[in-house]
Amino acid sequence: MKRGNPVWVWTEQRNNRLMDVGVELLGKGLELSERLNVKLETILIGNQTRKLADELMAYGADTVYMIEDPRLQTYQSDVYANVLADLIKEHSPEILLIGATNIGMDLAPRVAAKVETGLTAHCVDLYIDEDNGIPYLAQVVPGWGGNLMVKIVCPEKRPQMATVRPGVLEKPARNESRKGEIVKVTPDIKDGDFKVKTIEMVEEKAVGIPIEEADTVVAGGWGLFSAGGFKPVEELAEVLGAAVGGTRPAVDKEWISDDQMIGQSGKTINPKLFISVGASGAMHFTTGFLRSKVIMAIDQNPDAPIFKVSDIGLVGDLREILPYLIEELKKVV
Amino acid sequence: MSLDIVVCIKQVPDPEYFSKITIDPVKQTIRREGIPTIINPLDKHALEEGLKIKEKFSGKVTAVSMGPPSAREVLEEALALGIDDAVLLCDRAFAGADTLATAYPLASGIKKLGNFDLILCGNETVDGATGQVGPQIAELLGIPHVTFVNEIEWANERDLIVKSTLERGYMKLQVTLPVLLSVVKEINEPRLPTVLGIMGATEKEIKFFNAKDIDVPEGTIGLAGSPTRVADVFEHKSKRKGEIIEGLPEDAVKRAVKRLRELKAI
Ligand SMILES: Cc1cc2nc3c(=O)[nH]c(=O)nc-3n(C[C@H](O)[C@H](O)[C@H](O)COP(=O)(O)OP(=O)(O)OC[C@H]3O[C@@H](n4cnc5c(N)ncnc54)[C@H](O)[C@@H]3O)c2cc1C
Ligand SMILES: Nc1ncnc2c1ncn2[C@@H]1O[C@H](COP(=O)(O)O)[C@@H](O)[C@H]1O
Repeated sequence: MKRGNPVWVWTEQRNNRLMDVGVELLGKGLELSERLNVKLETILIGNQTRKLADELMAYGADTVYMIEDPRLQTYQSDVYANVLADLIKEHSPEILLIGATNIGMDLAPRVAAKVETGLTAHCVDLYIDEDNGIPYLAQVVPGWGGNLMVKIVCPEKRPQMATVRPGVLEKPARNESRKGEIVKVTPDIKDGDFKVKTIEMVEEKAVGIPIEEADTVVAGGWGLFSAGGFKPVEELAEVLGAAVGGTRPAVDKEWISDDQMIGQSGKTINPKLFISVGASGAMHFTTGFLRSKVIMAIDQNPDAPIFKVSDIGLVGDLREILPYLIEELKKVV
Repeated sequence: MSLDIVVCIKQVPDPEYFSKITIDPVKQTIRREGIPTIINPLDKHALEEGLKIKEKFSGKVTAVSMGPPSAREVLEEALALGIDDAVLLCDRAFAGADTLATAYPLASGIKKLGNFDLILCGNETVDGATGQVGPQIAELLGIPHVTFVNEIEWANERDLIVKSTLERGYMKLQVTLPVLLSVVKEINEPRLPTVLGIMGATEKEIKFFNAKDIDVPEGTIGLAGSPTRVADVFEHKSKRKGEIIEGLPEDAVKRAVKRLRELKAI
């Protein structure tokens, strides 16, 4: 018997497609709920979402709270937040996980303030820990300096809320034979409740290969400043047929666009080969690629933390190393 | 009619010095001594938008910040840009706040100032990077909010259509004042202070409010009022070998490529 307050995941749909991050969170949610011996439940807001509910159950949801209304097909800031907050007040979940898409990041803080609980942004790990025999959610985020991680807790308020970026967690296996329950909820929504009204949602196609889908990724950091720009990284990437990414300073310098940033505030990727050039290896950055198969780093500082998370390290001036590397790679790939 | 515009700005460590910031292993707090500070970059875009809207409709722009006494520097900078009023929420009791315990004093401080039509925030800070404070202020003030705003289109002085960026694509949202908008950098190009602005700024006074001044609800501020807290700081242990290939660049590169092939990475 599963007793006790459930673990919840808000599973976002856009145009009746589930966002991957919600499914990734169900994998984590299942692990947490089994550890607590409670139900894993998901909140699905939209219109005609029955098919999606089946999918959520196949990924491990014991219950799907299904809120259907034609007006809720597309994300609506205040009404979604009201619906979620009211359900929380009614069912008192122990934990609520939300995928940190732009929409998830808009919704989560509003809901946390409504129910007056804590919310930890962009966690890179979540697990159940115990304090005097009482289990709680440990929420891990990167810390400042070196290879430090910080454990955040929410000791008194419930639910314990956290957001997680897409790609941080692995997608669980799908199991069609899994059974769950659909609970339809019909909240009383008046037209006047839409103080912000989404009138249009436009989804655009990605240009080129997004870095999260590439087999090889070359990333550059502030060290490229000494080389006068990002060119050397682009050349290296071209030889390897790789996608290009970088650190936050590279975005600030406008060498790369926002969606090429890797790390806690950017993308989490796990390519077969990841090469970091001129990045010191702040934990905020490295958490974005730790699950890559092979990691190589180039930096002139032998003590740079980046080397601690790499398989292969080349210490030296990138302006000297890269021309050789490009030449050598041209021979073999 | 004219608009009362409030812009929330935060003083943050300059990201160029981030690699020098460490965590105090005993107190588990961030050590940022000797690190220069700046206005959070996106908050400059929020200030710019506030000034542009005032120029369009007339009104008043007030910048509000919560922070230590040194945070007056960012307010001085905002005054030099041409805002009308500056308020610093400053009290030891505010220290150690998480996002909700930051939103409470900011919301109470804004209420204390009187009427507000529009509140502008940066979409996120460089040091916290949560993007949570804006929506939480809006909730506590009972007004709607929109995040990731990169364009504002005014139908008239009260009704607007805002564009909010998605990972790939965007949403268009319709809203009526009062509202809180969190802006991204694409929204505008921030202006630079003028000599006249800097001179004018020295004549303006910055208001200081402490916890009592703003009637913030009890138990909602500072470390004590924060639902979340830091429980532990620990080292990330990597399973990778961290093998460094030594030698002259030409030679080291050859061996590195050989290793990449052995590992079947290329
Ligand atoms: C809450 C929060 C979230 C964050 N999220 C992210 C994130 O998602 N992604 C991210 O990247 N950052 C993020 N940051 C910022 C992060 O902490 C670091 O400041 C950033 O990653 C550093 O980038 P960098 O390595 O390019 O620059 P630096 O730390 O300045 O490193 C530059 C490196 O280049 C090397 N170098 C210089 N010249 C040469 C040369 N000629 N040859 C070889 N090497 C050279 C130097 O030795 C140094 O190691 C975040 C920070 C916070 C507080
Ligand atoms: N201490 C503060 N004082 C004033 N405004 C703040 C403060 N903290 C956050 N903000 C506002 O909230 C936005 C988002 O901050 P954050 O949630 O920390 O990413 C910032 O860009 C500011 O506009």
